[in-house]
Amino acid sequence: MSVAVVDYGAGNVRSLLAALRRIGLEATLTREPRDVDAADHLILPGVGSAASAMRTLRETGVDAALRTRFARGAPVLGICLGMQLAVDGTEEDGGVECLGLVRGRAERLRDRRVPRMGWARVDPGGDAFYFAHSYGVVSPATVATSEGLAAMVRKDAFWGTQFHPEKSGAAGERFLRECLSAA
Amino acid sequence: MPFCRLIPCLDVDAGRVVKGVRFRDLRDMGDPVELAARYSAQGADELVFLDVTATLEARRALLDVVGDIADRIGIPLTVGGALRTLDDAQAFLLAGADKVAINTAAVEHPALITQLAERYGAQAVVVAIDAAGGQVRTHAGTRATGMSAPDWARTAVACGAGELLLTSIDADGTQNGYDLALTESVAAAVDVPVIASGGAGTPAHVAAALEVTQAALVASLVHTREDGVRWLRDELRAQGVTLRDV
Repeated sequence: MSVAVVDYGAGNVRSLLAALRRIGLEATLTREPRDVDAADHLILPGVGSAASAMRTLRETGVDAALRTRFARGAPVLGICLGMQLAVDGTEEDGGVECLGLVRGRAERLRDRRVPRMGWARVDPGGDAFYFAHSYGVVSPATVATSEGLAAMVRKDAFWGTQFHPEKSGAAGERFLRECLSAA
Repeated sequence: MPFCRLIPCLDVDAGRVVKGVRFRDLRDMGDPVELAARYSAQGADELVFLDVTATLEARRALLDVVGDIADRIGIPLTVGGALRTLDDAQAFLLAGADKVAINTAAVEHPALITQLAERYGAQAVVVAIDAAGGQVRTHAGTRATGMSAPDWARTAVACGAGELLLTSIDADGTQNGYDLALTESVAAAVDVPVIASGGAGTPAHVAAALEVTQAALVASLVHTREDGVRWLRDELRAQGVTLRDV
């Protein structure tokens, strides 16, 4: 099975590649639209800020490739910012229009301390995962929550996680294995 | 967050983990990659890696160490110490760090905080504050700035810091307990997460710091035992601290 990880050119994707390697998957980094379309599984990771990430997706043509891929029902996993980029729009960076694969918006969190940083339980399931976010998705496609916030969305073959499975120890590796074998 | 964060800190000098007292008299504590992997397996919630070496050659070797650690652990990694520029930060983030911690460079050029936050997101930008007598010091604690810790904390957050790593130089390595008054004053001044650092000598010290700020750095306390992190987690849970199941 081929796994491609979208490369925004900023921030840490090595921990994601390492986590995939630990579950026996060798992923490739890419910003080529045809790789985005052709991979068996595609991961949109969660690095950078919304405006700069959307700009990279547009400039590289990856945004159109993602829409095509989604429309034909090929699996995509969006992690953290990668999940927020999949909804209609976000309040981040003064308001950014996103990919619109999944209905919903990302809004600024109202917690006492933001970024919401650390481990929290995700239900259903009950495992703790690692979160690091200042915005949260409000979407009818929410399928799991953490402290009342959307922890996961699912629409057709798109899975989005607000948490970082690649930084969530054994629970994260179990999740990645399940998600990628469901593809 | 519902769970407190227990964060072992690896101070690395010339490729080895070291620990001093009040930033001096460094002693060898082991290999950073081996310690990082062990702490991750024992249930550390995150790791902090601070480069306390000064030379450029050692810096390049450290990028490889950071990459090796990122490949071995399944938890977040913050790298700091002697980061000066946007390019330094980028190099560590691409090598596998999830967050970068800046200290002296942030005081000298607060705009660097903003540039980092704009490019990588606030969640990736930790401002490390070293304080003695409530006053901020830079250059590994050797230079006074005349700023109070809460004032600088507020400025750093206004510039875009997503998290603060607050070390009490007075308490560091003494094992006499965290500087709770300092920690409280900074935690009350800002609305981002604050990590307490410096002075942990017993599990009770760590529990007291976690009451104040839900995230604590530990070093000597876990370096000196083979099962350090697992032991400390068990002790903390026995004292009623809420930690995740591993």
